[in-house]
Amino acid sequence: MSSAEQGDLQLIELRDVFKSFGKNQVLKGVDLTVRAHSVVGLIGPSGSGKSTLLRCINLLEPVDSGSVFVGGVELTAGGVDADDVRKRIGIVFQSFNLFPHLSILDNITLAPRRVRGLGRRAAEEAAYVLLDRFGLRDKASSFPDRLSGGQQQRVAIIRALAMEPEVMLFDEVTSALDPELVGEVLSAVRELAALGMTLVLATHEMGFCRDVADQVAFLKDGRIVEQGTPAKLFTDPQHPDTQLFLRRVIEAGRL
Amino acid sequence: MTGRSTRRHAPAWRGGVIAATSTVAVFAAIIFGITSTPGWSKFHESFLSGFHFRKSFPLVLKGFALNVRVFVVAFVLCLVLGMIVAVIRMIPGPAFFPFRLIAIIYTDVFRAVPSIVLIYLFGFGVPGLGLDRPWNNPVIWGTVAIVLNSAAYVAEVFRSGIRSIHPSQMAAARSLGLSRVQALRFVIVPQAIRRVIPPLINDFIAVVQSTALLSTLGPLEALRRAQNYASFRFNFTAYLGATLLFLAVTIPLARLGDTLVARQERRSR
Repeated sequence: MSSAEQGDLQLIELRDVFKSFGKNQVLKGVDLTVRAHSVVGLIGPSGSGKSTLLRCINLLEPVDSGSVFVGGVELTAGGVDADDVRKRIGIVFQSFNLFPHLSILDNITLAPRRVRGLGRRAAEEAAYVLLDRFGLRDKASSFPDRLSGGQQQRVAIIRALAMEPEVMLFDEVTSALDPELVGEVLSAVRELAALGMTLVLATHEMGFCRDVADQVAFLKDGRIVEQGTPAKLFTDPQHPDTQLFLRRVIEAGRL
Repeated sequence: MTGRSTRRHAPAWRGGVIAATSTVAVFAAIIFGITSTPGWSKFHESFLSGFHFRKSFPLVLKGFALNVRVFVVAFVLCLVLGMIVAVIRMIPGPAFFPFRLIAIIYTDVFRAVPSIVLIYLFGFGVPGLGLDRPWNNPVIWGTVAIVLNSAAYVAEVFRSGIRSIHPSQMAAARSLGLSRVQALRFVIVPQAIRRVIPPLINDFIAVVQSTALLSTLGPLEALRRAQNYASFRFNFTAYLGATLLFLAVTIPLARLGDTLVARQERRSR
């Protein structure tokens, strides 16, 4: 991909993005830049707009105003093929959203076969490579309900990776998991970061975010209040809202 | 706590014996009650005659072959038409408004008109247009009426099934780059169909029943043959044969539905 050659390319850029659901204004002028091969963490209280922000990046939600660029192409300009955009952007949801009527293997190969036009053999070979890497080969013929939450979420990650996306969005991927299953999913995300994938993660796992992210943005009430390196933002936050939020997180023992 | 656990430890055979005794007692009372009515022997002769059953059943069975042909064709057509109508009603966008409108009018009208009226209108009306063979055959148009009526029900069943699939499934499918139509075809509709098997079986059973209404158009299907036998021989036992034939189709159909539901539960649990 061309993004690999241009290390400093701004892979994702949001300019002054607004988004409302009815009367509820969720994003109120968000600017965000994500460089290729970097990991950006989005933190902030529930309802601050983190999930909506991610869904606007892959056009699952249309923005009301402002612009979204991915790989230098403005998605918010007219005439952009949204399906084409989405296949370049992987997203993993809080609630896994595996397809319950399909086996794990079919969950993973559906989009490569139907969207990228791969043959069954090629798609399954690629799927097995990913299943091996995440230690799930023996689950290939199982159905999602048979898997633990952590396994389901790792399958959801594999399913998104199978489309060979340029960027992966993670929407609070550990929030629906039992505590003992969080680790296996986080280490999967960590592995992708180590491989140099571009990641944007909305998360409540502050410790993990501090370890893995290159940039952290703190959202509150639909605005990015403060952003910077994790070292700076977690140890020396400038904005009073950030300070309050982090103080509460520390009191709750989550950092 | 103790009282409850001692009761639980009552021998297992006791429940079985009680059930068997009470079943025998109840059915014996019902049978006794019916057979001791004043008209029972006359009723027995005219509705349950072994002689007339043996005489009439082959004729009724021959007629039932037509019912079978009609409902098998109707099953397939009402599934296809029902799915088309359901999907049309789900397609968003102002450009599709006229199609949605047609689909809504269709379901409203064809669900509302009694099927016997539709069968009269189509079965007698369309052949009256003077079409060539075989399109002047009332049975074909009677079948069309059954299909149009049942497909309106089936469409609503499919639509509620599609709507019952959580929107996150559509979001997950679209986020992988599948188009809306692909997402419906590979993700939403397959799950919806599994969910609507029980109400669909209901509609299928109704289709089987409504094939008897074709008797009003004149073809020699099962009910018509039973009617003929009854009016020539002054004996109603032929209707018993028709009853058994309909049961022989509808009861296995109900069990098939149960089996399909049980099978998916086993697979995905």
